[in-house]
Amino acid sequence: MELAQGYSKRRVVDAIVRGACVAATAIAVAPLLVILGYIVVKGASAISWSFFTELPKPPGDPGGGMANAIVGTLTLVALACAFGVPLGVLAGVYLSELGANSKLARAIRFSSDVMAGIPSIVAGLFVYTMVVVPMHRFSALAGGLALSMLMLPTVTRTTEELLKLVPDALREGALALGVPKWRAILRVVLRTAAPGIATGVVLAIARVTGETAPLLFTALNNNGWAQGIDHPTASLTIQIYQYAGSPYEDQQTQAWAAALVLVGIVLVLNVSARFLVRHRVQGAR
Amino acid sequence: MASARREVNTGDVVFRGVTASFATVVVVILVVVALALLAGSKQTLFTHGAQFLTSTDWNPVEGRESFGALQFVWGTLLTSALALVIAVPISLGVAIFLAELAPDFVRVPMSFLVELLAAVPSVIYGLCGVFILRPVLLKVANVGNSILLASIVLAIMILTTISSVTREVLRAVPNVLREGALALGATRWEMLRMVVLPYAMSGISGAIILGLGRALGETMAVTMLIGNNKTHIVTNVTEPASTMASIIANEYPEAHGLQLSALTEIGLLLFVLTLALNIVARLLVWRVGRLPGGAVRA
Repeated sequence: MELAQGYSKRRVVDAIVRGACVAATAIAVAPLLVILGYIVVKGASAISWSFFTELPKPPGDPGGGMANAIVGTLTLVALACAFGVPLGVLAGVYLSELGANSKLARAIRFSSDVMAGIPSIVAGLFVYTMVVVPMHRFSALAGGLALSMLMLPTVTRTTEELLKLVPDALREGALALGVPKWRAILRVVLRTAAPGIATGVVLAIARVTGETAPLLFTALNNNGWAQGIDHPTASLTIQIYQYAGSPYEDQQTQAWAAALVLVGIVLVLNVSARFLVRHRVQGAR
Repeated sequence: MASARREVNTGDVVFRGVTASFATVVVVILVVVALALLAGSKQTLFTHGAQFLTSTDWNPVEGRESFGALQFVWGTLLTSALALVIAVPISLGVAIFLAELAPDFVRVPMSFLVELLAAVPSVIYGLCGVFILRPVLLKVANVGNSILLASIVLAIMILTTISSVTREVLRAVPNVLREGALALGATRWEMLRMVVLPYAMSGISGAIILGLGRALGETMAVTMLIGNNKTHIVTNVTEPASTMASIIANEYPEAHGLQLSALTEIGLLLFVLTLALNIVARLLVWRVGRLPGGAVRA
């Protein structure tokens, strides 16, 4: 019945809705440009060589850097990968190659999708109860474990999806040569999908590099260098959080410098992951 | 006849066993998280019981402990609801624009930008909220740290989640339906409203619920912007409040004894809430994929 209305009136409504959609997109993209612009301008004026080489100064003293926090973030991410990547990749192999449509596989798929939506602070609480309490100490190890929990769903599902893209002819070819299935999977299937899986891992790394909440009561913080992975460590994100609430202008400036470094790392990881994907797709076709 | 039996390779058995047990870890973790949170909150879960959800009296001082968390639950629900009200119309517009209207040379870079927005860490949103949005809001409306400020930043953060999942859902709607509507003389908007959106409705609700799940659990940006007022149920959105996640972030590092248990109980509640929401959302998004002719993974 609405189609019976005058055509010109319908055209006007159509144009209004299209305009609203364009406006919505502009509104959505604007904050990104403002945020990126601010971080680049504020961060660039705050950053200096000493930011990368010196330890934080006591509040109120100008200068200093975040060398310990940068190393801390790298340590935490490395630990997260050490736990999360092997576990995620092997789980993905099971889902794609061995479990397929079994009950177990479906349960795993479902829980990994659901796990991806669990608040990161809950992962922190969990690791606190399971690791920090028994160890009687906050530690980089605990922080890395909390981050690996957040990596796991992404790595598992990307591995599965990418293994499914590997043509069956490759599997059949390997098996026809008399290779046992496990070797065919490791040497042929996984190797073919490796660049794609790497993309998934890079995206997961980008995500956990920016995580703050799960580190609050696992890795805690540290004004100096961490004495080892079983001791508390500083991280870029926690430093930004604390300095953002600081009344000292020097610390606020440092927060912007850290923000620039952090956003730089995260965006470079994201963009390079995209290029990995493009490269793979072009190679496959 | 016996030779017809398939030979079993030991390596295959071991490999299957190893990968299956690694995969099982993913399921086990969920269960263990629930159990650990339950164990961590046992000191208050059973002794303070219902008071937890009915009272707003939060007092961690030793000897006078009282743990009513209703105001935090309320704070979480209110900030998330307000964030949804702001984010949903905008994200639907973005998704429709990117999936249905934009030509390729606009769609590709715009989709890229929106996805970068999703990659920005939440502590950075918090930092920008503190130093960019708060001064603006103070000047324009004389509102500082408050539910409103937290919700606006939260809306920007969940916008990307909702719009990217909705975009995927819209793309899963078969083109035959669009062509049919257009062939009958419908304009683009009529095609969307009468054919595409009804078809994608359950998927879009799933996308919104995923966004809600993210809003409920978001910690850093909210903690930095909401003002951490712990005393009562706040109904005026221009006033400071607390959420479940922000009270954990604020008090947990220095908590002990009963307070630690009560905070873990809040974590447990948050876990159960987001778990339930995520299950519902996944089921809804999957349904569109299973409609005839559709295929979506979100």
